[in-house]
Amino acid sequence: MNYVSETILLAVGTFLALLGAAYAYDSLFAAHMWVLFFVLLVSTVVMLRKISFASAGQASKSRAESEYSDEVIKYGVIATVFWGVVGFLVGVVVALQLAFPDLNIEPWFNFGRVRPLHTSAVIFAFGGNALIATSFYVVQRTCRARLFGGNLAWFVFWGYQLFIVMAATGYLLGITQSREYAEPEWYVDVWLTVVWVAYLLVFLGTILKRKEPHIYVANWFYLGFIVTIAMLHVVNNLAVPVSFLGVKSYSAFAGVQDALTQWWYGHNAVGFFLTAGFLGMMYYFVPKQVNRPVYSYRLSIIHFWALIFMYIWAGPHHLHYTALPDWAQTLGMVFSIMLWMPSWGGMINGLMTLSGAWDKIRTDPIVRMMVMAIAFYGMATFEGPMMSVKAVNSLSHYTDWTIGHVHSGALGWNGMITFGAIYYLTPKLWNRRRLYSLQLVNWHFWLATLGIVVYAAVMWVAGVQQGLMWREYDDQGFLVYSFAESVAAMLPYYVLRAVGGAMFLTGALLMAFNVTMTILGYERRETVPGAAPALQPAE
Amino acid sequence: MEAYTALRQFADSWGLMGMALFFLGVVLFTLRPGAEAQAKEAAQIPLKED
Repeated sequence: MNYVSETILLAVGTFLALLGAAYAYDSLFAAHMWVLFFVLLVSTVVMLRKISFASAGQASKSRAESEYSDEVIKYGVIATVFWGVVGFLVGVVVALQLAFPDLNIEPWFNFGRVRPLHTSAVIFAFGGNALIATSFYVVQRTCRARLFGGNLAWFVFWGYQLFIVMAATGYLLGITQSREYAEPEWYVDVWLTVVWVAYLLVFLGTILKRKEPHIYVANWFYLGFIVTIAMLHVVNNLAVPVSFLGVKSYSAFAGVQDALTQWWYGHNAVGFFLTAGFLGMMYYFVPKQVNRPVYSYRLSIIHFWALIFMYIWAGPHHLHYTALPDWAQTLGMVFSIMLWMPSWGGMINGLMTLSGAWDKIRTDPIVRMMVMAIAFYGMATFEGPMMSVKAVNSLSHYTDWTIGHVHSGALGWNGMITFGAIYYLTPKLWNRRRLYSLQLVNWHFWLATLGIVVYAAVMWVAGVQQGLMWREYDDQGFLVYSFAESVAAMLPYYVLRAVGGAMFLTGALLMAFNVTMTILGYERRETVPGAAPALQPAE
Repeated sequence: MEAYTALRQFADSWGLMGMALFFLGVVLFTLRPGAEAQAKEAAQIPLKED
């Protein structure tokens, strides 16, 4: 018999969720526990149907031990594509809500509730699934070892999906601890901690049983990401619940310490989740796709150490001109500026990996996507330190410039490198000769790139205009514009932003179609873009 | 001395020096003369198998 303990644990969990709903301290907790109950109930039924009563065959077990465990990675790729489309769609919805406030449907679909749904869906659901799936793929190939811990990898995958569902439904119900990028309440945080420790065990265990003597640099980046996120998540979410069967909790910190803890977490979520983890992707998938080793391996190691030593101090730049002590603000600014060096070192390293194979940008749309990702990594890590300079920040802070900056990094760097990795992985994992269509990849590339350009350019103009309007004084010393006037002035930019986002979403839909058709085994008959035309022999 | 002050003083003296030295050590170790061949070999790891 298989899956016995898993099924029993699920059934117990289902029962506990029911008890939680029955004895809830507040109605929100009861509603959230009902959600959990139905999710776990369905999972239990599915597991019961998967149980086979035959004795586990010894032969199949030893065969499985000698192969890489790729099944969970396949699920991860599908989840990444699915959550990507959901997250981008919600992004377009919130963009339209800002442009047309009538689209705020109370109470569940207010901007205030849907916005964290968007940020968490793209960062944690799309980005997180991409990181978990690719890290499992990369660590096995570069260690030449099967994933450690047997079914633990499955627990990591499904446990993480449960975290996403609980976080998302919680936001819509109005359950939040109001911490940027860490909105889920204490009990969801506890669950994520359990899943994350399991993730660390699987990853570290695989590294420890590796057959390759050296730990490849991509694994250093992945490990740095996993360990640091564990630390950030636990410290930032230290809180005292009001009741063990209620949603509300109070942070362990107060006042400016709380604010700094929040942004120490928030900025390092960018630094270690969205940068270090995705750099792990870059250092594996770019060399694979262009079939050349990384430009300078030693530069990649210095890139790693410099990045983790500097990023951790940059958080205070989110709190310029606040109650935070001046020295801390300056510290955050100085370290942000120093980050230029490792970031650009890494960008150059990624781009120069193509040296001698630059023609692939023309012939291979997947390489083109990866190169665009690295270019956006360079641009976003140039813009970020510049915005952390206090004088610039006094104009840019609280404006849409910040939103534009975040999106050029997230859509350009994280999005594009993930798309590249997905296009690389799909034919490999499902044993297909090639993708369903490379022309669709090309379409995806241009829709995404132009979408980001529209988005970022519009947000620059909007942000600078907002900042200038807010600080415009007349000769009497009065503010020239009321806040509402600066909001009204944003309408054309907000509409254009939604257009840019919709283009990016359309590209992602093409990817979903392309990946689905590849999995189903179809190949579209087409000329490969950029390929040399067939020459006729001379007669 | 208050715990905050003591930790703060440790952080901006010995702590800072320790971290800076560790970082410098890592960089120098990576750039040592013998490391080049090893790095070349390590860079090939992803290309060794599918």
